[in-house]
Amino acid sequence: MKYAAPGKAESVVAVEPRYENFIGGKWLPPVHGKYRVNLSPATARPICEVADSTPEDIEHALDAAHAAAPAWGEASHTKRAAVLNAVADAIDAHREMLAVAESWENGKPVRETLAADIPLAADHFRYFAAAIRAQESTTTEIDSSTIAYHFHEPLGVVGQIIPFNFPLLMAAWKLAPALAAGNASVIKPASPTPWSILKLAEVIGDILPPGVLNIVTGPGGEIGKALAANPRIAKVAFTGETVTGRLIMQYAAQHIIPVTLELGGKSPNIFFSDVLAQDDDFLDKAVEGLVLYAFNKGEVCTAPSRALIQESIYDEFMSRALDRIGRIRQGDPLDTETMIGPQVSAQQLQKISSYVDIGRGEGAEVLAGGHRAAVGGEFADGYYYEPTVLKGDNKMRVFQEEIFGPVLAVTTFKDEAEAVRIANDTLYGLGAGVWTRDGSRAFRMGKAIQAGRVWTNCYHLYPAGAAFGGYKVSGIGRETHQMMLEHYSQTKNLLVSYDPKPMGLF
Amino acid sequence: MTPAEQTQRVSATPAAEQAITSLRAAGGPVMFVQSGGCCGGSAPMCYREGEFLTGSSDMLLGEVCGSPFYIDARLYESWGKPELVLDTEPGFAEGFSLSAGAGQHFVIRGQPAGTCSVDGC
Repeated sequence: MKYAAPGKAESVVAVEPRYENFIGGKWLPPVHGKYRVNLSPATARPICEVADSTPEDIEHALDAAHAAAPAWGEASHTKRAAVLNAVADAIDAHREMLAVAESWENGKPVRETLAADIPLAADHFRYFAAAIRAQESTTTEIDSSTIAYHFHEPLGVVGQIIPFNFPLLMAAWKLAPALAAGNASVIKPASPTPWSILKLAEVIGDILPPGVLNIVTGPGGEIGKALAANPRIAKVAFTGETVTGRLIMQYAAQHIIPVTLELGGKSPNIFFSDVLAQDDDFLDKAVEGLVLYAFNKGEVCTAPSRALIQESIYDEFMSRALDRIGRIRQGDPLDTETMIGPQVSAQQLQKISSYVDIGRGEGAEVLAGGHRAAVGGEFADGYYYEPTVLKGDNKMRVFQEEIFGPVLAVTTFKDEAEAVRIANDTLYGLGAGVWTRDGSRAFRMGKAIQAGRVWTNCYHLYPAGAAFGGYKVSGIGRETHQMMLEHYSQTKNLLVSYDPKPMGLF
Repeated sequence: MTPAEQTQRVSATPAAEQAITSLRAAGGPVMFVQSGGCCGGSAPMCYREGEFLTGSSDMLLGEVCGSPFYIDARLYESWGKPELVLDTEPGFAEGFSLSAGAGQHFVIRGQPAGTCSVDGC
């Protein structure tokens, strides 16, 4: 089916001409009264206007967050869990509306937002509601009369900077544990995708106490720094690229506050010869596993953007994969049959195009795609790029740099040792995939690859309960796991003596 | 590599020079740091000079209009040590970067990077 574009009378998404910041449970205009046009990448036409905020707006949001944080932090785990569950229920109740808004603003196909982004966002709130509800403090019996009590305390007010590729899901990843642990948050969404999270605020804004969630839209150079470098935040969480990640650590160093960073990757997806041992469901799954490089049009930090295929099966396996790639349906992101939508912005499209030219210049062979896609009709101006495959060598730039588009770099390996060497020959270490029918080999590979997550005989699954984060320059900290509560908590130790006798030192 | 050789590894187009001149006039000196990727990276980030602390892993590629241009040495190595050209294009400044004027951002043209326009691709 096809959903109507937001703003049309028959759409499930209502669109206001202009959106303000969500601060202290209210919609507040930006202090300087400036707005900017927010485009849909599918048509390059405006959806609405959003606030073009300045540092003053960040200060207002921090005022609201600080006003709300003490009461929220003191609320019982039962109360906080109930609120998070209510948030999850509201997200589920508005699944179609949020899925269509997310799809139209980001360009990702609605089949993905309906099946993954929105249900997973709800589930992350439920997971952390459960995690905080079940969280226990610990005691240690140091000796017969001395006890160490360890209590979790919220950090207070945290700053969270969200990327454009999963605007709602990444917000849920960060917001759910922060709120569960009793913190108030100020969120800055990414510049290309400020709107869908404001639609989320319409849905969940009344459920949360005012000031617990605050959203300020605007340019990173203005308000990103104003938030990340602010002495009034107790922690900053960021998903994005490495230079900004370093800058954020630098700001955090000035105030001695913790950071969690998720900074991208160039993930290898490794296919051993035994995947072709039988023509069965597993082979079919492995072929799909390669084609997942085009998931979310390749705009995924963990995109399996380097395929390493064992030499002996390369021709046969790649032939099957290219056939599958050739059948990818590209078009209206709001059509549930569409598999790949437009890139998020014109500049992203330009960047992808440049990288493919770099690949050609380096001598990579273009096995599929390699051009801007002509979708036509009302999407003629959309930022579409063909699913592309480049064959080359791991030393090439297209194998080393994150392209953040539907561009696969493919190469071959002879044996397990070479597969490990190529897989680890990268600055990054976020994700990896291993495909084999041999369980022992899968385990050895999983241990040998320097990455925070090694998908084994699967890829692109993001369940709550599985820790996600990077090795090497891919970041610090883990998300989507209850250990995240530690990232958003302070530890209070009460060291108590029940012995009435003096120590006898003085 | 001598400093003299380093200075030959990055240059700027007239549009980029104009943008840098405007930024300097408005708020003082600026610096550039090349970003390596993810969620809108792979872009030259423009900051006020001294905003970004460089370290032993950063390499000074040269100066454009009196503004230093840095890149992570490992990243530069993986790029094959190309000569870079700083330019501007319509779009958002990425990360915490200053913009290259209203509605413009800085971009890098590598060698043998393509310089085709979106329309021409």
